[in-house]
Amino acid sequence: MQLRINHVTTYTYSEPVFYALQQLRLTPRSGHGQTVLEWSSVISGGTKQLSFDDQFVNHTELVLVDEGVQTIEIVSSGVVDVVDRHGITGRHRGFAPVWLFESATPMTEAGPNLRQLAREVKSETDSGDVLGRLHALSARIAQSVRYETGRTEVTTKAESALAAGHGVCQDHAQIMISVARLLGHPARYVSGYLMMNDRVEQDATHAWCEVWDETLGWIGFDVSNGIAPDDRYVRVAVGRDSRDAAPIMGLRQGAGTEDLHVSLQVQQ
Amino acid sequence: MIRKPETFDEMLADPHTARSPYSAYFNWFGSENLKHLRRKSADAEAFFRRIGITFNVYGQDEADERLIPFDIVPRIIAADEWTRLERGTEQRVRAINAFLHDIYHRQEIIRAGRIPREIIAGNAAYLPEMIGVDPPGGVYTHVVGVDLVRTGENDFFVLEDNARTPSGVSYMLENRETMLQMFPELFTQLRVRPVSRYPQLLRRSLADCAPPGFSGGKPTVAVLTPGIHNSAYFEHSFLADQMGAELVESQDLRIENGRVVMRTTEGYHPIDVLYRRVDDEYLDPLTFNPESLLGVPGIMDVYRAGNITIANAPGTGIADDKALYSYMPEIVEFYTGESAILKNVPTWRCSEADSLAYVLENLKDLVVKEVHGSGGYGMLVGPAASKKELAAFEAKLRARPGNYIAQPTLALSTVPILTKSGLAPRHVDLRPFVLVSPDRIDMTPGGLTRVALKKGSLVVNSSQGGGTKDTWVLEG
Repeated sequence: MQLRINHVTTYTYSEPVFYALQQLRLTPRSGHGQTVLEWSSVISGGTKQLSFDDQFVNHTELVLVDEGVQTIEIVSSGVVDVVDRHGITGRHRGFAPVWLFESATPMTEAGPNLRQLAREVKSETDSGDVLGRLHALSARIAQSVRYETGRTEVTTKAESALAAGHGVCQDHAQIMISVARLLGHPARYVSGYLMMNDRVEQDATHAWCEVWDETLGWIGFDVSNGIAPDDRYVRVAVGRDSRDAAPIMGLRQGAGTEDLHVSLQVQQ
Repeated sequence: MIRKPETFDEMLADPHTARSPYSAYFNWFGSENLKHLRRKSADAEAFFRRIGITFNVYGQDEADERLIPFDIVPRIIAADEWTRLERGTEQRVRAINAFLHDIYHRQEIIRAGRIPREIIAGNAAYLPEMIGVDPPGGVYTHVVGVDLVRTGENDFFVLEDNARTPSGVSYMLENRETMLQMFPELFTQLRVRPVSRYPQLLRRSLADCAPPGFSGGKPTVAVLTPGIHNSAYFEHSFLADQMGAELVESQDLRIENGRVVMRTTEGYHPIDVLYRRVDDEYLDPLTFNPESLLGVPGIMDVYRAGNITIANAPGTGIADDKALYSYMPEIVEFYTGESAILKNVPTWRCSEADSLAYVLENLKDLVVKEVHGSGGYGMLVGPAASKKELAAFEAKLRARPGNYIAQPTLALSTVPILTKSGLAPRHVDLRPFVLVSPDRIDMTPGGLTRVALKKGSLVVNSSQGGGTKDTWVLEG
């Protein structure tokens, strides 16, 4: 399926910017069932400084916000052809070893709630059926952590989202990652785009997770939608947690506040 | 019963006979007047105070800056001894750089089963952000300070490989400067190899590692310091001054045109090589600790794009981690195909049950160190510890065995210091400084000799009351 994506991120600052940087992981890569046919990112109110591939082979760009502006707009758009591989991303790429995805990060550190969930899934499912166990885990998370926007933050950790019982795709993915690791499976975070069938205007960028299996490779799980990623999903960045794969990571010096607005269209 | 091993005195074969490297010095000393020498010693201290080489001791009053005591009796190393140390150190440093490249790329050494991956995974000194990065010139550790100890005529051991930002080189230079001022006549009698070229060599080796495409005739080198409150600030400003490089702090730097640039009187100027004396964690708040005010936001991105050299490279700490130390002989062999010239101190990893049992059994004879500690903090010297201290440490060991390694108490060699009643032996170690460029490894003939001033003490760290000596390497 060919997906046409137009993703506009706008930051509005209450004071003219003195010095600020934005690190972008917004460029999808061809491979693993997706082919990037065209892609561009255009920035107004800022200047691209450089680009490189990070440790997880995510294409990364650094942008310096122009001094004195009060708005910066980042437009990422293009066309990606995706094949339905029923959630199987497949083989591992790059120098980052798979074992790097075995240990917890500060965002995915397990507390009593996550450990309890891991114990329950372990005792209720068959250890010989890895896929079955992971699907059960995904369903359990969707059930106990209601999808609700505006109640968790980008800084919310997996343990607190599980304890709160509500969250968004980021929280779902990080909870799944944390528990999968507790159960002995390397797991990683994926940020990207999803075309919801019933609409062109999407609420936000999407996030899901992938769990490593020695035979199949990386397998995707979208906890929030209860499905395996198919040809409506575009993978953009991966990492150990949401911080590694964040579409935008910023740093600003000086006073004032900032507002973020995202507009996203994904269509065939 | 363990018999106390004999201590090797580097100067004296017996109370009246000096070993060959010291014979000329010993004769000279015999003809000198003790009172006169004591006065010279006081002069040396005044000299240090004047130039302002002081040191901050952690754990004491924060504002308490003090002088590291300097002893005027030099430590002398013969030419052939030095050649052997040089070969051994070069081999080790070569292996460390190959290891760092491997561990941040294909990890052949783990695949080959030569080191367990657990030692890398979950080690805070291992930086995933360095995975796949090729530092300009292929150099990871531009400056290494290898801590050596001696236990006999031909027995040298490596105690630690300082591969992050080793400090102390300013003492090597200032100690020599002082000795040249105090005792010019000695330098006419003994042919001592100079150390004064170190800053020029450092500059050259840093410049040789610059990324390609620097502007102007030669690469711009700058020294990044955390600021005047850092205990080694003197050294940072001293080295910048000696190299003819800019000394910069966080607030002088920013990103412009994909480069790190520094504020100068003529506007912003790009930096090609940053000799940073700021730890990895604080280097880049955008990538590492977001609270850091000491680093340069975005510098890791500039680095990963190949637009600046950071010396030493981020993530080199994994090579001098104490948990990894015990694998150094394997590492040297794996990457050089030779067995290690310099010996490792036998090390028990307390993470392993058998080793822990042995260590607990023999605690009073061992030195126990924290895996991630440095500067002599948090360590136990068994033979010097009280029953109460031993018991307290045993509890710590049982609670977190993986946090500790243990080594036998080495009979460190002694070199005499000058006391009120003349010469008296004190234990020493040696930190020579090694510079790495893409095509060569240079070890400056000399180094920092640290000396435990307290009689019988084995702890030479300046933070624990150690002093320093000038180190003389004789011409062949």
